[in-house]
Amino acid sequence: MNSSLRLRAGLVSIVLLAAFLGVWHLATRSTAPVTTMSPEYAKLMGLTATQGKSAMPGPLDVGAKLWDHLKRPFYDNGPNDKGLGIQLGYSIARVGAGYLLAVLVAIPLGFLIGMSPLLSKALDPFIQVLKPISPLAWMPLALYTIKDSSISAIFVIFICSIWPMLLNTVFGVASVRREWINVARTLEVGTVRRAFTVILPAAAPTILTGMRISIGIAWLVIVAAEMLVGGTGIGYFVWNEWNNLSITNVIIAILLIGVVGMLLDQILARFTRMVTFPE
Amino acid sequence: MTDKFVSIEGIAKRYPGAGGATTTVFENLWLSMARGEFACVIGHSGCGKTTVLNILAGLDAPSEGAVIVDGQAIAGTSLDRAVIFQSHALLPWRTVLGNVAYAVSSKWRSWDRAKVRAHAQTFIDLVGLTGSEHKRPSELSGGMKQRVGIARALSITPKMMLMDEPFSALDALTRGTLQDEVRRICLETGQTAFMITHDVDEAIYLADKIFLMTNGPGAVLAEVVENPLPRDRGRIDLHRHPLYYALRNHIIDFLVTRSKTFAAETPDHDPRNVPLVPIGKPGLSIASTGEEPRQTWMPGTNPGLSA
Repeated sequence: MNSSLRLRAGLVSIVLLAAFLGVWHLATRSTAPVTTMSPEYAKLMGLTATQGKSAMPGPLDVGAKLWDHLKRPFYDNGPNDKGLGIQLGYSIARVGAGYLLAVLVAIPLGFLIGMSPLLSKALDPFIQVLKPISPLAWMPLALYTIKDSSISAIFVIFICSIWPMLLNTVFGVASVRREWINVARTLEVGTVRRAFTVILPAAAPTILTGMRISIGIAWLVIVAAEMLVGGTGIGYFVWNEWNNLSITNVIIAILLIGVVGMLLDQILARFTRMVTFPE
Repeated sequence: MTDKFVSIEGIAKRYPGAGGATTTVFENLWLSMARGEFACVIGHSGCGKTTVLNILAGLDAPSEGAVIVDGQAIAGTSLDRAVIFQSHALLPWRTVLGNVAYAVSSKWRSWDRAKVRAHAQTFIDLVGLTGSEHKRPSELSGGMKQRVGIARALSITPKMMLMDEPFSALDALTRGTLQDEVRRICLETGQTAFMITHDVDEAIYLADKIFLMTNGPGAVLAEVVENPLPRDRGRIDLHRHPLYYALRNHIIDFLVTRSKTFAAETPDHDPRNVPLVPIGKPGLSIASTGEEPRQTWMPGTNPGLSA
């Protein structure tokens, strides 16, 4: 029953994909009449004008180009021509660094705030003001103070991924069931041991949910950040290919950004399942 | 002097109410228990039973007064007083063994893993959960969960057990079995136990002494009923005892009518000398040396307190 549902859902997915590719293919195939012009002028105008080819690449163009990229993901022909694997690697490394820093700050800090009503109230106005700031708004300040575009990008990832983790940790820690705390109290468990044996496992699912939201946001922001700082990374690649007017490469980059984002989310989802306990 | 193992001396609990007023749940509450005694508290919801238990456990502090256990005023929680929670309060990410072992390793911090496990296992066996050590609480029935709660409480070999309606969430059959177990364990280990219950029959079966509380706010301990049934009573023939119905009717009458009217009808109620009601044994209370001396003893040791 369950497996047949999955089978049918998979079938529908394939049909939808095929339909989408079909429509895409039909919409971008050469339709405009071929115009005759002088060969010199035709060279300037490109295939769009001479053969009536759509400027938008079709699925076959994208597929062929994607295959090229997948065959050589790590080539490096200088600053403006690197393999997609290298570009994605840069982006993932930046996200990883900024995100890890955010984890190291947000979780201990969230613990502290969650366990202390005083700190919670005192820090609340700051968090409320800092949270809605677009991470890219920090970029000029980061560039001015850090004076390094790559580290600035990492800082932007740090600042955007810290809030969901911090708020979820605070919420998770502050809303641990009273009775579990009381169990620890009646057993005369000290504060530190209580934090690790009762509060951490009880709050872990909420904390991991915050981490999962954060990784999603970090991956959203890195593309924009790399468009700004330039040099390397998948965001820079997208902008560079736009400047090259290579829509095919832009579409490929969009697809890969989606796939990597999904993978990152799945990894965190797996961690979340590991710490979730049935009641 | 009577062996007053637990002595609650003039405690009060007040909460700040709306508009600066204070709500008094109870005040000037005096209560004592002997070592090895099983006491049940009966009263309607809101009379502060749970608050009394939390104060005894050290989870809550009284607004006034003090609680003395085993000759020492209590300050905060203690491993000497184990609590069995109404909602069992097991840690869901730990197994049965893990939950009990957590308590054991909290009491004996220097013990190694094997010793902790062996000790925990003894108590899991005691409550009849052998074979379920590695299950998680979510895989257990309500009765089994509460057995783990009991094993956890017993495993730290406390001086007294505090139970807040431990069986109220269970079905009648399971409740009966667990009552038998708790009674057996308490008799075997000579445990002092303080239990809150809504179930009159549970109190009659388990308790040596039954504390009756009037309705809150402003609840008072109205009387202490001595259980006249023999100590070796059994569940099966409990209701055949000649004094069973006298006792039961007395408690039910109290719950139905007197818990509401007590304060008005008994203006000269002395909370420090709560009458001890010996069911079916009029006159015996004067002769019985077991409980009576506390009335002559108390004014002497607590001078200057007006009731």
